[in-house]
Amino acid sequence: MRPLLHVDDLKVSFPTRSGLVEAVRGVSFTLGRERLGIVGESGSGKSQTGRAIMGLTPPQARISAARLEFDGIDLLSAPPKLRRSLRGGRIAMVLQDPKYSLNPVMSIGRQIVETLRTHENVSRKVARERALDMLAAVQIRDPARVFDLYPHEVSGGMGQRAMIAMMLVAGPELLIADEPTSALDVTVQLEVLSILDRLVADRGMGLVFVSHDLRLVSSFCDRVLVMYAGKVVEEIAASELGNARHPYTRGLLNCMPTLGTNRHPLPVLDRQPEWRL
Amino acid sequence: MSSTTMSESVRAGRPFHVRAWPVAIGVLRFAGVVITTFLGLLAVTFFIGRVIPVDPVLAVLGDRAPASAIERTREAMGLNLPIYQQFFIYVRQALAGDFGTSVLTTHPVMSDIARVFPATIELATLGTLIGTSLGIPLGVLAAVKRGTLLDQLVRIIGLIGYSVPIFWLGLLALLVFYAKLGWVAYPGRIGIAFEYSFTPITGLYLIDALWQGEWEVAVDVFRHIILPAALLGYFSMAYISRMTRSFMLNELGQEYIVAARAKGLSEARIIWFHALRNAAVPLVTVIALSYATLLEGSVLTETVFSWPGLGLYITNSLQNADMNAVLGGTIIIGSTFIGINLLSDLLYRTLDPRTRA
Repeated sequence: MRPLLHVDDLKVSFPTRSGLVEAVRGVSFTLGRERLGIVGESGSGKSQTGRAIMGLTPPQARISAARLEFDGIDLLSAPPKLRRSLRGGRIAMVLQDPKYSLNPVMSIGRQIVETLRTHENVSRKVARERALDMLAAVQIRDPARVFDLYPHEVSGGMGQRAMIAMMLVAGPELLIADEPTSALDVTVQLEVLSILDRLVADRGMGLVFVSHDLRLVSSFCDRVLVMYAGKVVEEIAASELGNARHPYTRGLLNCMPTLGTNRHPLPVLDRQPEWRL
Repeated sequence: MSSTTMSESVRAGRPFHVRAWPVAIGVLRFAGVVITTFLGLLAVTFFIGRVIPVDPVLAVLGDRAPASAIERTREAMGLNLPIYQQFFIYVRQALAGDFGTSVLTTHPVMSDIARVFPATIELATLGTLIGTSLGIPLGVLAAVKRGTLLDQLVRIIGLIGYSVPIFWLGLLALLVFYAKLGWVAYPGRIGIAFEYSFTPITGLYLIDALWQGEWEVAVDVFRHIILPAALLGYFSMAYISRMTRSFMLNELGQEYIVAARAKGLSEARIIWFHALRNAAVPLVTVIALSYATLLEGSVLTETVFSWPGLGLYITNSLQNADMNAVLGGTIIIGSTFIGINLLSDLLYRTLDPRTRA
């Protein structure tokens, strides 16, 4: 099968007063209709990798790549109008915290309908039907009621499901989930993940799952990229994570305490300067 | 997921049926605030009336009246009564719209105000319309084009509006647009040619003239009002554009804007629909405040442009120690302020779903 996404030597940097800050320094991977996890600590460049694919890099940033292709479309040279139609239409993104990523003065239903009507020429009535179906697909039991609620009236888990509904309603082929469960309670996390998992599988989407939670990523994804300081230090099948070779990945794994063992002292993450190179 | 967690996960916010009690309590609380504020306003004006060094009896009789006449008038005016009784009478009369008689015009203060206040309302409303319709787009553009020449320009315009005194700018505008260019009419509300033939209905001349189909009068009235209104509009625009800019910058940095971009919306829709719709919530208060300021504070403008409004009326009364008129005018301005605040509060609630009960 032809890969959906080609990323080759992606670089993103931000000019600041104290010089150029390189957030992403040469990331390469290809993605089919599979689930790829990107893990790393804060500032490792994982989110900026996702945003570069979306085309949501801030305007002052410099972005370059040997190849950045989605389904044969060269994203870096694509005209803004085409990129906009890709966003939400064929590539979608779920953000971290529904409390901030949903517009507070618009009802949930209207926000879902808005995505649909931006990408498809459908009547209001049809759009409403499809939005209700989508809310049902993210396992909201009473879609007609939730449709008219405002974001502040729903819980975090419900809000994140609404967010997923809003992003998937136009039927994208690739979903970038940027820490989609970090703002949620642990119990709700699993619910949201299983919904996301089913939708991705049912619709045959490609998924880039950005997270700092190694355990979550290894149980949820097929393949894992471990990023450190803007670079991929290790690429490994999720099932093989226990056999990871790179000392940074091993360090991350060792930081996770296990029940029944001596947890004192917890190991400190080792960060060798030579891994940056 | 069990059904209990499901129903708990939707906060008990807006259920299907309207709950009557919270609404009633809200209305009562609202009314309570308004009544208390109004009584406070009356208390302050009453107090001012008692502490100023103008004897109301002498103001009526003149200072050569015999002592017996003074005593009689003092009793007739109720000034010999205990102070709480005087306040009670004052409140009762004020609530009935009776602010006494103006010494200067010899008319009841209320009928004077009914005559001059529409002039102020007309001027302030037009000024606010101009200020809002220019200030919001300018503020939005300045926020979107942050750091560019346009942004700097809007800031300079705003700075001038903040720092230049209005009477100076008014005189300058009169010199340029009336004296030199002759684009607008001379100070005053209406030309001498129409002053006695035109009979206003509402007192808002522009609307009255258009209503009666008096096109010539309408044009004349417009030529009179446009300069002071533009001036007030400029000051209002300076304030509104500045606030719009900062509200918009705040909204544009929010996560839901990133989400809107991720949905593939156009920049125009993101700016004018998503961000501005959110910025509109605090903007309502700003615009209401600016409108209230124009209503109460256009004294200088009315003086410069000989505008027969409330500001000019109060100034003239003050210079003639006509305290009934001054206090009556103050109460009207205060009440207007309360009313506008009330209105902006209600509008705030309709604009922001989070503030609805």
